Amino acid sequence: MSFMNWIDERFPATKVWNEHLAQYYAPKNFNFWYFFGSLAMLVLVLQIVTGVWLAMLYKPSAENAFASVEYIMRDVDFGWLLRYLHSTGASAFFLVVYLHMFRALIYGSHRRPRELLWIIGVIIYVAMMATAFMGYLLPWGQMSYWGAQVIVNLFAAVPFGIGEPLSVWIRGDYVISDATLNRFFALHFLLPFILAALVFIHIVALHKVGSNNPDGIEIKKNKDENGIPKDGIPFHPYYSVKDIVGIGVFLIFFSAIVFFAPDFFGLFLEPPNFEPANPLKTPDHIAPVWYFTPFYAMLRAVPPMLNSQFPGVVVMFGAIIVLFFLPWLDRSPVKSIRYKGPIFKIAVAIFVVTFVMLAWLGMQASTPAKTLLAQIFTALYFAFFLLMPFYSKMDKTKPVPERVTK
Amino acid sequence: MKKLIAVITLALMPLTGMAAGGGVQLQKANIDLSNEAAIQRGAKQFVNYCMGCHSAKYVRYKLFTKVGLTEDDIKNNLIFTDAKVGDLMKIAMPEAEASGWFGAPAPDLTLTARIRHGGADWIYSYLKGFYADPSRPMGVNNTVFPNVGMPHVLWEMQGIQNPVYRYEVHHDGHTVAEFDTEAAADAYMKEQGEGFRLERVVDHLEMAQQGSLTPAEYEQVARDLATFLAYISEPMKLERQRMGVWVILFLIVFTVLAYLTKKEWWKDIH
Repeated sequence: MSFMNWIDERFPATKVWNEHLAQYYAPKNFNFWYFFGSLAMLVLVLQIVTGVWLAMLYKPSAENAFASVEYIMRDVDFGWLLRYLHSTGASAFFLVVYLHMFRALIYGSHRRPRELLWIIGVIIYVAMMATAFMGYLLPWGQMSYWGAQVIVNLFAAVPFGIGEPLSVWIRGDYVISDATLNRFFALHFLLPFILAALVFIHIVALHKVGSNNPDGIEIKKNKDENGIPKDGIPFHPYYSVKDIVGIGVFLIFFSAIVFFAPDFFGLFLEPPNFEPANPLKTPDHIAPVWYFTPFYAMLRAVPPMLNSQFPGVVVMFGAIIVLFFLPWLDRSPVKSIRYKGPIFKIAVAIFVVTFVMLAWLGMQASTPAKTLLAQIFTALYFAFFLLMPFYSKMDKTKPVPERVTK
Repeated sequence: MKKLIAVITLALMPLTGMAAGGGVQLQKANIDLSNEAAIQRGAKQFVNYCMGCHSAKYVRYKLFTKVGLTEDDIKNNLIFTDAKVGDLMKIAMPEAEASGWFGAPAPDLTLTARIRHGGADWIYSYLKGFYADPSRPMGVNNTVFPNVGMPHVLWEMQGIQNPVYRYEVHHDGHTVAEFDTEAAADAYMKEQGEGFRLERVVDHLEMAQQGSLTPAEYEQVARDLATFLAYISEPMKLERQRMGVWVILFLIVFTVLAYLTKKEWWKDIH
């Protein structure tokens, strides 16, 4: 081990390994919901690796972008595989992160002392949305173009004369154009590395406070004579081998989509996006990709006021901002849903239905009935968060055990 | 301009999507992507009948070496210009000219099967859906693509179809009655009073004058073209499915082994 000693005297390799893997004690009762953190990291790596290769072959110009994607699909060896991995990876990333966030919500992983951990996580989510939004412009199809047009125009709705110049500043032009595509490509390449840095910070914060668990108990309160939590097991090898099983199962489903339904019935790759961007031809139906549709539905649910779309924009961004405050909205004396009362359970169930319904509504053409539905679900979405201080406090709770359960 | 686009986009947002598709029933093309002969025949029809106006500019002629043609076959049968086998299937017609003749540039057809809902079925139904309509500039209309600017290029093969209409009476957005003749529908509406609206729809098509092919032979041509266009829209489709089977089999074995390893490691944890 003299080689390791030589390294350790210059770089804390063994120390870092022990502190974060071999002697990082995680609760032994992680369940299904605890796979999604490691899966999110896997997908991030997948996106970066496939993305760098795609960037070697892609041409970020209005003239050539669409053709270069088709070139990748047809003329580059395994180019189609790189592209489908990347496009499916985008959807998989959001799916995995939504489940990861849901886990935090039901087990109270956002609560003291993990508020900052949660906030860093929400920042990661926002950065992901920006990355995905800019990446979606790059194939330069009809939906790429018009989706970006609609979303960037939201910034134009900001009042006080700020909106117009702001949207022009974002686009670098008066409409989505070559200039926009070029800068979106640059940012789409940069942001994943910022994401990786944020993930690093997320994990540093996690290892400071330690992992929560399905019982919402602090395992550090119960240590043995060596100072090791009685309910803790070293992350490595226990959770490293367990997460590999999760990765295997995930990759089976992921590959099934990549190889057998890469457009996933028009949900991951939308049919109009196989038509090159045409600034003179508005598609019949503009809808963002599925992972943005809950927020898009909320945007459309708010009627314009004083001839301005701005209130809808405020509601849409508000739906994301409210997530930052979650740790302080939950006033229940217990963290985990296991020991919370019926009110919280019903609220979570309604919230899940709300989110799924908003996602569905955001894909549909508006009709008066659907707009009304979207308004009701928008109200329910905000009610879940804004009323939480009240209903979580009045809810009955069960006694929390000393030690973790199965 | 910027104001206009902003206004248009914002105005469109609330009504995004007037539900694409409509109610047209597509006919099943029943294509088989592994049928190389069908793709070859479709390629032949495509270069002869479609490529006068439509390009397939993301496809290289060389692609057809993957469906059983040699480079010489391609040179002799599919290329009528000085294009090389490795070239893209571009055409010489400038977009502006096409716009002048047909009202719109003839779209590139490489990805039609992925753009149109129904894919190959849409193409098949479209090619069978032309009917005589003197009110249109080209004298024809189409059941799956109403008021299309394209002439019926294959009419010499198929012949000329006439539409048989049916007359639907609408009330409050619902169809309340259907009639074979306009007179009967009119009489019904007079009886019912206010608030009814008549709509003429193509019920089916009737062969008025058969072309050089029998209907069955023409269906074969339409199916070959649909197969060809589906093939070029994603030439690697069968390859990716074949590969996918092996990838998933590997992952299943991998996951089982990973699970057994995990179980072994975890047997002391209670």
